[in-house]
Amino acid sequence: MAQRNILAKKQFSIKSFFFQWEWLLVIVFILINVMNANISDYYLNPTLLLDATMTFLDKALLVLPMVFILVLGDIDISVASTIALSSVVMAVLYNLGVPMPVAILFCLLVGTLCGYINGILLTKFKELSAVIVTLSTMIIFRGIAYIILEDQAAGKFPKWFNFLSWGYMGKIPFILIVFVILAIIFGLLLHKTTFGRRIFAMGNNIEACRFSGVQVDKIKVIVFTLTGLMAGVTAIFLTSRMGSTRPNVAMGYELDIIAMAVLGGVSTAGGKGRMIGAILAIFIIGFLRYGLGLINIPAQALLIILGLLLIVSVMIPNLKGRFQTLRKVKS
Amino acid sequence: MTENKVIKQIKGLDIAKFRELGLVIFIIILSLAVQIRNPRFLTLENLNDMLTNTAILGILAVGMMLVIITRGIDLSVGSTIALSGMITALTVSTYPDMNPILAVLLGTLIGLVCGSVVGLLISKVGILPIIASLGFMNIFRGLTFMTSGGKWISAHQMPVSFKAIATSKVLGINTLIVIAIVTYIVAYYFINHTRTGRQIYAVGSNPESAKISGINTDKILWMVYAIMGALSGLAGVLWVSKFASAQGDTAEGYVMNVIAACVLGGVSISGGSGKISGIILGTLLLGILNNALPLMLVSPFWQNAIQGFIILIAVLVNALVKRNITKQNLMRRKI
Repeated sequence: MAQRNILAKKQFSIKSFFFQWEWLLVIVFILINVMNANISDYYLNPTLLLDATMTFLDKALLVLPMVFILVLGDIDISVASTIALSSVVMAVLYNLGVPMPVAILFCLLVGTLCGYINGILLTKFKELSAVIVTLSTMIIFRGIAYIILEDQAAGKFPKWFNFLSWGYMGKIPFILIVFVILAIIFGLLLHKTTFGRRIFAMGNNIEACRFSGVQVDKIKVIVFTLTGLMAGVTAIFLTSRMGSTRPNVAMGYELDIIAMAVLGGVSTAGGKGRMIGAILAIFIIGFLRYGLGLINIPAQALLIILGLLLIVSVMIPNLKGRFQTLRKVKS
Repeated sequence: MTENKVIKQIKGLDIAKFRELGLVIFIIILSLAVQIRNPRFLTLENLNDMLTNTAILGILAVGMMLVIITRGIDLSVGSTIALSGMITALTVSTYPDMNPILAVLLGTLIGLVCGSVVGLLISKVGILPIIASLGFMNIFRGLTFMTSGGKWISAHQMPVSFKAIATSKVLGINTLIVIAIVTYIVAYYFINHTRTGRQIYAVGSNPESAKISGINTDKILWMVYAIMGALSGLAGVLWVSKFASAQGDTAEGYVMNVIAACVLGGVSISGGSGKISGIILGTLLLGILNNALPLMLVSPFWQNAIQGFIILIAVLVNALVKRNITKQNLMRRKI
């Protein structure tokens, strides 16, 4: 009888190593930088490039947990509202005389609570899709932010609070350091721990996971709570960058965040995706925006370019797959 | 024994219908409560206003229902509305003598083209609906800004005949309401009594077996998004005519209202189920909420949260009722 060896580790092959989504992203990233350097003389300036990261990294912080949720096969469109609510709570508390560190703590707490509510609703009502649940909590969270602050703005934060998104450590922006640390933590969590492997397994077949003794509900709640917490963190950095907050802050961020993750090769159908891809996508979109902004491309044209980038990048592997099946059928 | 069975069956039927009945009862109670607070609510004039304001949402909900039945979603609706509204408004401001019916057709055609492109990518290339429509949401929105150069087309630039589309009456009823009713009737006939209409449900409830039984699933998917686009285009013209202004950010975020109307009406996001009667009720409920909360002097800042809570509660109750039905079905089964 023929015996098949099943190795515990995937065999390394050079071909499959270079035929990965991430390499395509690396090529796109290089192309964009070459293009930007050609269209503007000011682009290739290390200080300016580092400064440019400050404008898009606050949003990028939420891409990290969003990858977890997408790998689970779920989606969370309430994140932008969670940002708004926790930001508003923080600002209002501070204006009421609560010391800033405590207000920040409450901001994180509110974010975590919002995420926890999403997670509990989704695990108690398994028949509901995440789209519906987070759609309604999206409206509710933003609604509560409106109840609290109405049409006012709140701000006048202490000086040191601005440091969070405008400050430097040496020559490197503080937010970049935070992002790198968090990206490493989330990357390791997703790819190197049992917890991360279980998330992938749940994304592929949640029933099989349940029967093999994985506590699927617990993991789902943890992932959504983590996303809420990160929404709180994002709210802190965003508020610090803007200097004040309003209930309609971060409107539409959820779709930007999901678009970044998807461009990074994370499938919304679940079970597929790598952290490094999402991180590359964050910088592709960020630098594209910055470079085109330098030569005064209007923001609306940018919308079109970003939309096309998203569609084309998702189209390529799909077309490749269709072509391959076509060839198989013919032969 | 048989009697018992029949009774149980009737009971099961009752519960199956309960969801829509529940929605009806909810709407009646809500209306009565509002009526007590503000007697102006149930006047003919206010009802007419309310229906006129809800008509566009109702038209869009039909298209969205078809899309959701096939397990998809279309996020590009708001942008298509803006694009078709903007191009139509630009056209009528350059050719003020244009027949308003022609303007409506033009807008619908633009929407149809937009929807077909989205549908083509989803059906032929196999991009997930949420991603394809997300990308085109950006693209159409950008195109809207580009065609207008960032400017608004305001009321004084539009001919009177165009603005009259939304204010004119057919048989004493506002044109918007008439268009919505016609859309509902056509859609009802289409999805219940034509072969293609039934195929939409087949594709939604089980794409694999639909394909095996000879249904051209690609064509159905394409068609569904094209219809959604055409209805969005139509809604775009009506929107611009109603508000007498076309802006770059027209209907931004409106797609969530459309999805909410469908979900409230019992259209299942996992595909395969949804009824016209359901979305009528869902749309009506949203319309009443929009109309009644200001009448009850609820602060405008509370309205968002209240609407969200009501949507959430409706969705949760729906889930619980369905659970109950499955449980009863299991109990009825002989072991």
